[in-house]
Amino acid sequence: MTRFLLSRLFQVVLVLAIMSFVIYGLIGLMPGDPIDLMLTSDPHLTAADVARLRTLKGLDQPLVGRYLAWGAAALQGDFGYSRLYVQPAVSALLPRLANTGLLMGMSFLLAFGIALAAGIAAAKRPGSRLDSLISLLSFSGISVPPFWLGLMLILVFAVTLGWLPAGGIVEVGKGGFLDRLRHLALPVATLTIVEAASQVRFVRAAMIEALRQDYIRTARAKGADEGRVLWGHALRNAMIPIVTVMALSFGGLFSGALVTETIFAYPGMGKLIYDAILGNDFNLALAGLLFATLVTLLANLAADIAYAVIDPRISYA
Amino acid sequence: MTAASRLADRLARPRILASAILLLVLALACFGAPIVAWILGQDASAVDLYARLQGPSLSHPLGTDELGRDQLLRLLQGGQISLLVGLCAAFGAAILGTGIGLLAGYRGGPLDAFLMRLTDGVIALPLLPLLIVLAALDLRKFGVPPALADGDATSLYRIVLIIALLGWTTVARLVRGAALSLKSREFVRAAVALGASERRVMLVHILPNLLSPIIVATTLSVGNVILLESVLSFLGLGIQPPLPSWGNMLSRAEDAINLAPQLALWPGLLIFLTVIACNFLGDGLQDALDPRGAD
Repeated sequence: MTRFLLSRLFQVVLVLAIMSFVIYGLIGLMPGDPIDLMLTSDPHLTAADVARLRTLKGLDQPLVGRYLAWGAAALQGDFGYSRLYVQPAVSALLPRLANTGLLMGMSFLLAFGIALAAGIAAAKRPGSRLDSLISLLSFSGISVPPFWLGLMLILVFAVTLGWLPAGGIVEVGKGGFLDRLRHLALPVATLTIVEAASQVRFVRAAMIEALRQDYIRTARAKGADEGRVLWGHALRNAMIPIVTVMALSFGGLFSGALVTETIFAYPGMGKLIYDAILGNDFNLALAGLLFATLVTLLANLAADIAYAVIDPRISYA
Repeated sequence: MTAASRLADRLARPRILASAILLLVLALACFGAPIVAWILGQDASAVDLYARLQGPSLSHPLGTDELGRDQLLRLLQGGQISLLVGLCAAFGAAILGTGIGLLAGYRGGPLDAFLMRLTDGVIALPLLPLLIVLAALDLRKFGVPPALADGDATSLYRIVLIIALLGWTTVARLVRGAALSLKSREFVRAAVALGASERRVMLVHILPNLLSPIIVATTLSVGNVILLESVLSFLGLGIQPPLPSWGNMLSRAEDAINLAPQLALWPGLLIFLTVIACNFLGDGLQDALDPRGAD
């Protein structure tokens, strides 16, 4: 187990190193560079000034050299300064991380609960009317553009009914737990609907597969009641594929969070990355993207570990 | 029964037929936009600032947008773009994925290990943030001539390319798995024994047997691509105005959501209908073409 973990951790570090180089190179290919930005804010700069600044900032160095210098600083926790937020990139990132964590965590738990209940109900009687209804709803959920769903929720609950705020995280001068919750309602609902819809299909498929096995027939033949067969025998075995899919869906959840945060002006990681890329905030964009990659990779690693914990047959020794 | 009529028999399921007909109607309507324009006597790009954000009327059945253009015609034109992007990017991704999957599965060894690690790596990436970076790249820094880099249609090619470049993983895994099991079948080994070249074995003997899973995966990915395109265009990084797409129409409708909520309704509804039809079609095809008859 330790050897397996070490080799997987090494893989995570390797992929992260490769990705940091790729993203570093890509960001250099976006329009403008730091000197261009200085030039727009100070038209008095001469061509000689520009050349001098380029040398001073090391922008005339080859890509690999610049990347290594950036990487060395990043390893010591220095991700540079954010242009948009006028503070170190890491300090701009961390509070947003907590907001996104809250949004994603709530949505994920809600979606998982809904998916589990609906998926099991559908798998109990495949082909029944309930199954068709759940399947139709889940197909609708995976086919709806998440930003449009958010817009429609704003249209109904914020514009027409006026029940809930259309965006932000707190009312000015109010704050407090209830106010936070009111602002979370629509973003969480959007993300939950999209996420639950895709999870339901996996839960259903895994449960149907598990209910087909011989040990289910044995359990029934021995007179176990249906609840025990379903929750004790079938679900425990179905959990193995379900957990993998959940962990792998993390990247998708992050993409969904980016869209949701943008629609609802929710100050989270996704909106931060989006704003940083559009606002030429190179250091912040780089730090945000790498962080998103790291979290996704760790979620995948968690899936592998969960495998071993849930399924005693799998051993990595 | 002949093979063709057996196939037709299997495909004649209500779900497949209904979604195919819906897609066909949508495509016909979108590409029939010039005819609709002729009937209405309107021009899709004619700006009329005195007739902004109007409700439905006889001359504008779905009203007008923020520049006074006919909403119905804009929707149909936007549909042409969205459908085109969906088909082209899904097709490109399928070709790329088939190539990679075939090579990995048939050659095996270190090449297989490398390609599959690469696939896992791409799957593990946060897709949307990466797409946003790719969509924001400055083409001039690649040496693309400025006239082309700033052209109206460039955003169209760019989005097809970047979605295809990141979307090939599903097909690659599918094809690799199937190629791996086909490799040791007798008809393949017979072809190898008869001296067929590696390329011939892959393209003539293995590929045709993989067509149905590839078709299913591609159909399903058309819907996903249309969703991705709409998200990117909505964020202002996909199809650029004046070229309309369902995504960028929604982006401008959001600004006028208090004045003209109906503008936000239609593009989203059309994306939804198109994508759900693709998903139902793909799912139906999967059931119909899978000889094991999965649930």
